[in-house]
Amino acid sequence: MTTAPALRRRLAVPAAGAALLLGLTACGSGEDPLAGDEGSATDAAGTVTVGSADFPESQIVAELYAGALGSAGIGTETSPGIGAREAYVGAVQDGSVDVVPDYSGNLLLFADPEATASSAEEIMAALPEALPEGLTVLAPAEAQNKDAMVVTRETADRYGLTSIADLAEVCDQLVIAGPPEFAERAYGLPGLEEKYGCVPRSFEPINDGGGPLTVQALLDGDVQVADIFTTTPAIADNDLVVLEDPENNFIAQQVLPLAAQDRLPQEAADALDELSGKLTTEDLVDLNRKVSGDEKMSPADAAQEWLSANGY
Amino acid sequence: MSLLASALAWLADPDSWSGSGGIPTRLLEHLAYSGLTLLLALAVAVPLGLWVGHTGRGSGVVVGLAGALRALPTLGLLTLFTLLLGLGLVPPVVALVLLAVPPILSGAYAGIANVSPALKDAGTAVGMTGGQVLARVELPNALPVILGGIRSAALQVVATVTVVAYINLGGLGRYLIDGLAVRDYSRMLGSVVLVAALALAVDAVLALVQRLATSPGLRQAP
Repeated sequence: MTTAPALRRRLAVPAAGAALLLGLTACGSGEDPLAGDEGSATDAAGTVTVGSADFPESQIVAELYAGALGSAGIGTETSPGIGAREAYVGAVQDGSVDVVPDYSGNLLLFADPEATASSAEEIMAALPEALPEGLTVLAPAEAQNKDAMVVTRETADRYGLTSIADLAEVCDQLVIAGPPEFAERAYGLPGLEEKYGCVPRSFEPINDGGGPLTVQALLDGDVQVADIFTTTPAIADNDLVVLEDPENNFIAQQVLPLAAQDRLPQEAADALDELSGKLTTEDLVDLNRKVSGDEKMSPADAAQEWLSANGY
Repeated sequence: MSLLASALAWLADPDSWSGSGGIPTRLLEHLAYSGLTLLLALAVAVPLGLWVGHTGRGSGVVVGLAGALRALPTLGLLTLFTLLLGLGLVPPVVALVLLAVPPILSGAYAGIANVSPALKDAGTAVGMTGGQVLARVELPNALPVILGGIRSAALQVVATVTVVAYINLGGLGRYLIDGLAVRDYSRMLGSVVLVAALALAVDAVLALVQRLATSPGLRQAP
């Protein structure tokens, strides 16, 4: 039977859950507790520390950077999986890492949430001004990983779709899938309506960041259009069509090194510029496939293969 | 504004309570998913638990199975079934039924199996058939334990139905998942408060049912 102490115990469980959630969100908004206290990474040994965000592609590119620096005769260390942008930008600022891979558009919006630049050139022009003191970006790669409207080959043929402008004419018949934030972010449904006049029949939120569930929904025909990142191997693997974006609704996201202005030696910057000159979106797709696909290759091994194939 | 205050402000905002994405709609969706899940789980687990408890057959299998099912992560199952079956109501409901079955099954089995053998023998001695012993002796005596299992399942299901918003379904989890996606922590905390309140309310109702359904002869503590 329900006695008073038993009831109190049951009440205590949800309360503890709420307290835990508060604790978690508090962590999310703060800085990386592991960053800092390490002093300048370049000091004694003269090595360059390459950090990365906590997802595979960032770790792959960090390994490419480390490999390119190493082959230029510069001592390197890697510090993978630092966290989200708040955390790894903080790590560059406080000196625990010297360089991290980033994406031009999102980095600009992080530095200046009001920025309106959308093409690759506009973003690169605006970035140096917008970045906090002490941070700089090197030359961007051609490789981009950005949100894109993706349809099956069959859908593209049926409606004659090559760009989002074509999509706009049949939007009201189609269902779009994307991560939940797509419904609210400026580049999502609001952007599609504002820039292209496209209002889909419905929007289906799928919370796997354009991952397997989203691709499956597209292939099953549950949805006709999906928001999937351009470096997702599933696009090529399933012969999906990435619709062009003439109005730059999805702002450019070139891969580039974010570096500490004073700590990165010139020869290191030169080596990274040379590497960025070679890296394409297709390369990133291949590298992602090796790491996140069935091969389950480590980011370091995948990066080493690319480096060997590209004369390092 | 503190997080708690902004969560309360979100709960108090009339906009949160209106429209197709409003709290009343989400609350009804949440209850509908939960109710459907529990009905299916009851239909599977109660007969099986009663049979195993009554006959004693397969009790090792049932106890092991219930334990193994408890170890399955619901979100993982949801993803797996959605990949296999496509979007829709079926994959998340199957995943949630697998969450709800173990406590109901364990409760039904343990309730029946732990009725005093003397009572069962007495039933048989006055000429009851096996079915009559189950229905008139074992079931009334086991009812508090069986309902306890159902309460436990209901609490878990109401709390866990939030995961169906991981795919394109509604329920109160929509606010949790959407809020996280755009870093709107006040919306997340507000929805967590709603889910917790709903779970407690459902548990309170079932506690009342459990009290009313308990035979007066069982109410006095030994």
